[in-house]
Amino acid sequence: MTAAQLPLAARQKALRSMLEIRIAEDRIQEMFMANLVRGTAHLCIGQEACSTGMAAALRPGDTVTCTYRGHGHALALGMGLRDLMSEMLGKAAGCCKGKGGSMHMTDASIGLLGANAIVGAQIPIAVGAALTAQVKGLPYIALTLFGEGATNIGAFHESLNMAAVMKLPVLFCCENNVYGEYSVWSKTTPLQDIAERAHSYNMPGIIVDGQDAEAVHDAVAAAAARARAGEGPTLIEFKTYRYKGHSRNDTAPYRPAGELDRWLARDPIQILKARMIADGQLDEAEFEELQHAAQVAVADAVDFAMAAPFPSLDELTRDILVD
Amino acid sequence: MPELTYREAVCKALADELRSDPDVIFFGEDVGEAGGVFKVTPGLYEEFGPNRVRDTPISEQAILGSALGAAITGLRPVAELMFADFIPVAMDQIVNQIAKYRYMSGGRLRTPLTVRAAQGGGVGFGTQHSQCAESWLASFPGIKVVSPADPAEAYGLLRGAIRDDNPVFVLEHKLLYSMKGEVAADAGPITLGKARIVRPGKHVTVVALQLMLQRAVEAANLLATEGIDVEVIDLRCVSPLDRATVLTSLEKTGRIVVVEESPSGAGWGGDIASLAADEGVYFLDAPVKRVNMGMTLTPYSPPLEDAAVPTTARITDAIRSVMHGYRRS
Repeated sequence: MTAAQLPLAARQKALRSMLEIRIAEDRIQEMFMANLVRGTAHLCIGQEACSTGMAAALRPGDTVTCTYRGHGHALALGMGLRDLMSEMLGKAAGCCKGKGGSMHMTDASIGLLGANAIVGAQIPIAVGAALTAQVKGLPYIALTLFGEGATNIGAFHESLNMAAVMKLPVLFCCENNVYGEYSVWSKTTPLQDIAERAHSYNMPGIIVDGQDAEAVHDAVAAAAARARAGEGPTLIEFKTYRYKGHSRNDTAPYRPAGELDRWLARDPIQILKARMIADGQLDEAEFEELQHAAQVAVADAVDFAMAAPFPSLDELTRDILVD
Repeated sequence: MPELTYREAVCKALADELRSDPDVIFFGEDVGEAGGVFKVTPGLYEEFGPNRVRDTPISEQAILGSALGAAITGLRPVAELMFADFIPVAMDQIVNQIAKYRYMSGGRLRTPLTVRAAQGGGVGFGTQHSQCAESWLASFPGIKVVSPADPAEAYGLLRGAIRDDNPVFVLEHKLLYSMKGEVAADAGPITLGKARIVRPGKHVTVVALQLMLQRAVEAANLLATEGIDVEVIDLRCVSPLDRATVLTSLEKTGRIVVVEESPSGAGWGGDIASLAADEGVYFLDAPVKRVNMGMTLTPYSPPLEDAAVPTTARITDAIRSVMHGYRRS
C-alpha cells in the first residue's frame, strides 16, 4: 500500500523516535559487551519503523503488549529513556523497579501492559485488554506485537479465534523479521505471508512495508478505526528485518551473503529522512542535530541509570501479592 | 437458615458478586447459555447477559490470558476451566504470566482475577478427569489456591476470591457438588488465608481440605467412640498457608496427620510435614503421618479408584497409628 503523508510534526516525531530507539539499542549493546547488562538483550535495530509507526497510530487509553524485543515499542510509546536504561541495569528507578529487566519493559501509564519473555504469551493478554474495552463500552483498542515465529504457537491461534468470534477491538501485529531465533522463517512456516493466517479466522490480513513508518501508521490507524467501530480484529504483517542477531551472543552466521546489505538499503530511518528532504521538510544539518540530540538524551539516561541505586533487598518479597 | 447444595452455593456467590460489582465478568466453556457442564451456573447468562457472562471456545490459554489482560485493565474477571485437569493446558499463562505479572511490573499492575475449576476423584471420570490441582499450583508465589469443603465455604470463599486483589484459583470438588448444607442468608465473603478448626480435639491434629476434610471428620467421629479426641483443621488454602493455626493445634495435641487427595510427590502435605518437623518439632510426641495417594494415578475401574483416593478407613487407621505406641513423656 502507498503510505499517506503524515503531518510535518508527526514526521518529525517519528524520525526523532526512530533515532532515539536506534541509538539507545546501540548503547545497550555496548553496555552488554562491557558486562554492565546481565542475562540477555534482544535488539530491534532495523525494525524501528514498526514501533514508531504503531505508536503514532494509537490514542490515549489504547493498550499494547509486546515481545522481549520490546525496547523500541516502549520508547515509541513514550517510556522515558531514564526509566528504560535504569530497568536495563536492574536499578530501583527502572520502569519495573528493576524486577523486570530487558525483556519485561512495562508502563501502564503509557498503555504498555508488558513485554513478554515467553513467545506468544502476550497475545491472549491483549485479547483480555480488548475484552475490557468491549465490556465497558470504551472506545479503546488493544494491540499486540509478536514475531513471525510466534504464529506457530498455540496461544496465537486461540487468541485470533476467540477475538474473531467475540469481535474484540484488538490488532494482531506481526513483525516478520525473517528469523525465528536462528531459523529462517521459510523453514518453519509453510506460507508466503503470515497475513494468510487471517483467513482461517475470518478477519482481514494486511501486509505492510515494515520499513516505512508512514505505511505502518496507516495500516494500524485503519485497522484501529475498524476495531473501534465494532468490526473486530485485524492481523497485520510488517515485513521487516533485524540487523543484529537474535540476542546478545548471536552474530547471525546463518544469514546468506548480501541479505543484510539489501535490507540496509531500505533502512527505516533513511527512508523517512529521504522523504522529508525530498519534501523540503529537512536538511542534512537538521538531521545531524536530531541525531545529536538523541545521542545526548541516551547518554544522559545511561549516566542517570549508572548512578542510580539498586533496589533495597526488601523489594525481593514485595509486590508478589497485594496485601 | 436456607439449605443449598454446593453447586447452588457457587452459583449464588457468582450471582451476588456479579450483582454487586459491575466490573465482575464471568466466562468459560459452556458456562453461559448451557449453564455449565456441571450445571453449576444456570441462570447467570439470562440475568447478566452476554456482555458479562460469556461462552468461550475450547481455548484454555486464551481464556486465562484474556482473564489476565482484563484484570490489568480494570475488570475483575472470573474464568472457568471446567475440569481442573485442564489447568496444565494453560500452564504458561498461570506460571509465567498470571503468577508473575504483578511482580515483574514492580507492583505497578494489579491482577484481581479468579479461576474456577472442578477437581477430584470418586466420580468415575478416569485418569485425566479426576485429579486435584492444589500441589501443582502451590509452587508458584503470586497466586492463591482455595479448596472449599462444603456449601457455606463454597459460597464465602468464592466471594472472597473474587474480592481479593490477587489471582485466586478456586478448586471445587465434583463429588461435593450435590452436598447440601446451610448457607446463612446474610453470609458474606470469607477472607482468604485463614484455616478453620472444624472439630476441636486434644489428642491429635488432622489437617485436610475439601473431600478429605469430610472424610477426616467422619474418621474423627468414629474415633471418638474409642476415646481418641481428634482436632480437625480445614486448611482451606494451600497458598498462602496458615502456619499459625496448624502450629497452635500441634502444640496442643502433639500429633499430626495430613490428608491429601493427591499423589505424594511434592504434595502440599509435605509442606505441613516440614512445618511440623521444623518449627513444630518440640511439640511432637509421634512421627508426622501423611495419608495420600502415594505415587499412583486415579483409574477408571470403581474398586481401583476407591483404593487410590484416601478413604475414611485409611484416615482412621493413620490416626490410630500415631496414637498407639507413642505417649507424651
